[in-house]
Amino acid sequence: MAESTTTRDFKVIGTRPIRPDGVDKVTGRAKFGADYAFPGMLHGKVLRSPHAHAIIKSIKIDKALKLPGVKAIVTSKDLPAAENKLEQSGEMTVNPMHLSMNILAHDKVLYDGHAIAAVAATSPHIAEEALRLIEVEYEVLPPVMTVDAATKPGAPILLKDLRNNEEGDKPTNVAQHYQFKRGDIAAGFKAADYVIEREFNTAMVHQGYIEPHNAVGIYNSDGQATIYCSTQGAFDVRSLSAQVLGMPVGKIKVVPAEIGGGFGGKTTIYLEPLSVLLSKKTGAPVKLVMSRSEVLRASGPTPGSKIKVKMGATKDGKLVAAEIWMAYQAGAFPGSPVAAGALCIIAPYTIENFLIDAYDVVVNRPKTAAYRAPGTTQAAFASETVIDELAEKCGIDPIDFRIKNGVKEGAPQVLGPPFKRIGFIQTCEAIKNSEHYKSKLTGKFRGRGVASGFWFNAGMQSSATVNIHTDGTASVVTGSPDIGGSRASMAMITAEVLGLPVTDVRPITADTDSIGHTDVTAGSRVTFATGMAVYEAAKDAERQLIERAAKVWEKKPDEVEFRGGMLHAKGNGVPPMSIKQLAPRFARTGGPITGRASVNARGVGPGFATTVVDVEVDPDTGKVQLLRCTVAQDAGKAIHPSYVEGQMQGGTAQGIGWALNEEYFYDDNGTLRNSGFLDYRIPTCLDLPMIETIIVEEANPGHPLGVRGVGEVSIVPPVAAVANAIYRAVGVRMTQTPMSPPKLLKAILKHRGATQHSAAAD
Amino acid sequence: MSKKTLVEATINGETVEFLCEPRQSLLETLRDVLELTGSKEGCLTGDCGACTVLVDGRPVCSCLMLGVEAQGKNIVTVEGLAINGVLHVLQNKFLEHAALQCGICTPGFLISAKSLLDRNPKPTEHEVRYALAGNLCRCTGYDKIVKAVLDAAADIRSQGEGKAAAR
Repeated sequence: MAESTTTRDFKVIGTRPIRPDGVDKVTGRAKFGADYAFPGMLHGKVLRSPHAHAIIKSIKIDKALKLPGVKAIVTSKDLPAAENKLEQSGEMTVNPMHLSMNILAHDKVLYDGHAIAAVAATSPHIAEEALRLIEVEYEVLPPVMTVDAATKPGAPILLKDLRNNEEGDKPTNVAQHYQFKRGDIAAGFKAADYVIEREFNTAMVHQGYIEPHNAVGIYNSDGQATIYCSTQGAFDVRSLSAQVLGMPVGKIKVVPAEIGGGFGGKTTIYLEPLSVLLSKKTGAPVKLVMSRSEVLRASGPTPGSKIKVKMGATKDGKLVAAEIWMAYQAGAFPGSPVAAGALCIIAPYTIENFLIDAYDVVVNRPKTAAYRAPGTTQAAFASETVIDELAEKCGIDPIDFRIKNGVKEGAPQVLGPPFKRIGFIQTCEAIKNSEHYKSKLTGKFRGRGVASGFWFNAGMQSSATVNIHTDGTASVVTGSPDIGGSRASMAMITAEVLGLPVTDVRPITADTDSIGHTDVTAGSRVTFATGMAVYEAAKDAERQLIERAAKVWEKKPDEVEFRGGMLHAKGNGVPPMSIKQLAPRFARTGGPITGRASVNARGVGPGFATTVVDVEVDPDTGKVQLLRCTVAQDAGKAIHPSYVEGQMQGGTAQGIGWALNEEYFYDDNGTLRNSGFLDYRIPTCLDLPMIETIIVEEANPGHPLGVRGVGEVSIVPPVAAVANAIYRAVGVRMTQTPMSPPKLLKAILKHRGATQHSAAAD
Repeated sequence: MSKKTLVEATINGETVEFLCEPRQSLLETLRDVLELTGSKEGCLTGDCGACTVLVDGRPVCSCLMLGVEAQGKNIVTVEGLAINGVLHVLQNKFLEHAALQCGICTPGFLISAKSLLDRNPKPTEHEVRYALAGNLCRCTGYDKIVKAVLDAAADIRSQGEGKAAAR
């Protein structure tokens, strides 16, 4: 492990206790969304469009309603009008009208799988039969599947009301153009000795959580609704569902179930309002669970992209200019993370002259959702491949090239303000000094590649309470759904502050009525921001403990100290008192102790990662085998190192899947042809080696414990790292994902033809 | 819709009788009829392994088997791994190695891993990866799962040697 800049002496933080929710999860007791059942519960299913782009001329539900066991059917007619405006929701911006149109198609279907109607019946099988009895008449329109098709003159328009900031009142598929620039790129390229210009295309990919979306809605006759669901943000489900349903936020309670993976994909809503609508119509609880095919066709994914990168460097390896054009497939509605991609694409490097143009383009594909460092993996594939090529031109080791140009504290970010303390160079040095990077890679068709990545990380709002029980143990309550072990971190932070053994702290994720507002579990923010709220709440409890001890001792609070989990009276020989000893006296000294805090967290510490992979390419098939993989990431401070490593390993594995296998495969009609895990192939354990991790701890000065947040950035480097490794193995520069056997083989054969041709010419 | 069928099977050591529709999968029967929701649905096509159970000792995707086919079979689900509240060594090793994040795939992995260790108490890393390749995990990158299974195997072997030495 690299040197830590967090020099404080922790007792609990940095250790590896068993996670508090662990036993429930290894015994099958943990209750995920689909595990909820209520007396009299009905089952819902959703009718989905078989067309990518069509006008809905009519929907007839009479036959379906007559099927015995069918209790209710809802269509967009059951939804109130929603406003056409932009609102911030967690990491994403939301347009309530588009959200409503995505929950149930209004007058048009915009992608294969677009929801049209939902049925509630006494069993899921009857609901499914009823779907087949709903008659929908369509006027099929030509599908628009790519950025190029969506932007060519005369392209069919998806959303008649869509306008962008540059083309006035002209209907368009281009939702937004972002531009970021600095310096003088013409002068920059003039100063360059080497200029590389490449175009990259990446396929749309899915977050691939194993648990499908689910919701149980219960609407009571008093107008109160409760939703049980697996979500990354119960408060977001509440506010978004309220908008779609036209209900006051305060009338909806959302109970977050255990969540079976999300990676950004469970930060929005799909089934939740439908469960409430159907419950309202039937008076019964209604459960909806997506099939895997529905998950792939209609939830997530992250955009496919087209990115052109031109970068220049001087002979001695200094990056001097970058010109970037990028367009992302937003899906059926605006809101791809292309701006984030634009802000991250060269963020790890100091480049004095750059111009970045970024376009958000609607196409007949599912509306994209956040996916781990949204928009950045695509971008880094492009920039980190070009940087690798420039390093090679300059004859400089790719890690040294990154260190030479890498951002340090004080360097300007893409938007201008300087970085505070960051650990990018440290991640590069950690890889450079790793046993892996120093080892010699031998053998035919083998290559080693490196790449780096940046992600902002997020702050936002969190609430926490710390309750001291009558026996001196504690509970810590937050509103952050635990997606990868964060409850362990919350318990550890509480235990650290209060000097308790971690097993004496029980962490709880509360529903929306039981804790103050807490933004979505996203942006790597839980351990950072909710952790900050927990730290402050525990400190608040500590302050109250001191007051109570002072009362017991008949002293002033400033004559009492709390250290090592014990209350000490200053000065005289009063023996110290533990929380356990003080707890029975709470009642007589003022009542129970509850520490509270809420934060809108500032001081976000950006995350960096650098990854090295060794691959072997089968030149006859184009199949790539990962031989070895090491990732170094700056965690700021690792609260529970095992779960930090877990985030690094999980993100890396997703990046490898993105690099080698995963893609949305649509036919000419815009129908998704690989809507199952057999054909949408995520990595299995046979595809991967061990993923070695190096946690860098460059403390974030903006957090009381130095935490940065670790959930996302590890997904950013692997695609480029794999591409760079493939180049070293077989000499071809891949500019598209996935680098699957047919695509790589084609590139190898083309390259072989070209080299044989030039050899013959010599 | 055809009528329900009475099925008798041994589930986690207990003889149980239950009614299920011919079209209900074993997974649906376990979850919705018998309230054993530890087995998870990830795909319903036998690709993700989250619903893996042991049927007469063999790992089976319970989404690919009908409930009525359970007649006379001996079935073990994740709920049957711990005996009298004492966790199976695999369950302990998954906790110690932090081999789960969200936990949705964990029941299936535990069952597949138990099946492997029952057959092969001394697996290599490759054998573990091969045996678990039918179980998808999207959170962990598999690293800690493979390590937990290898460590559990070592533990089981050393316990076995301890017993042998005591004899």
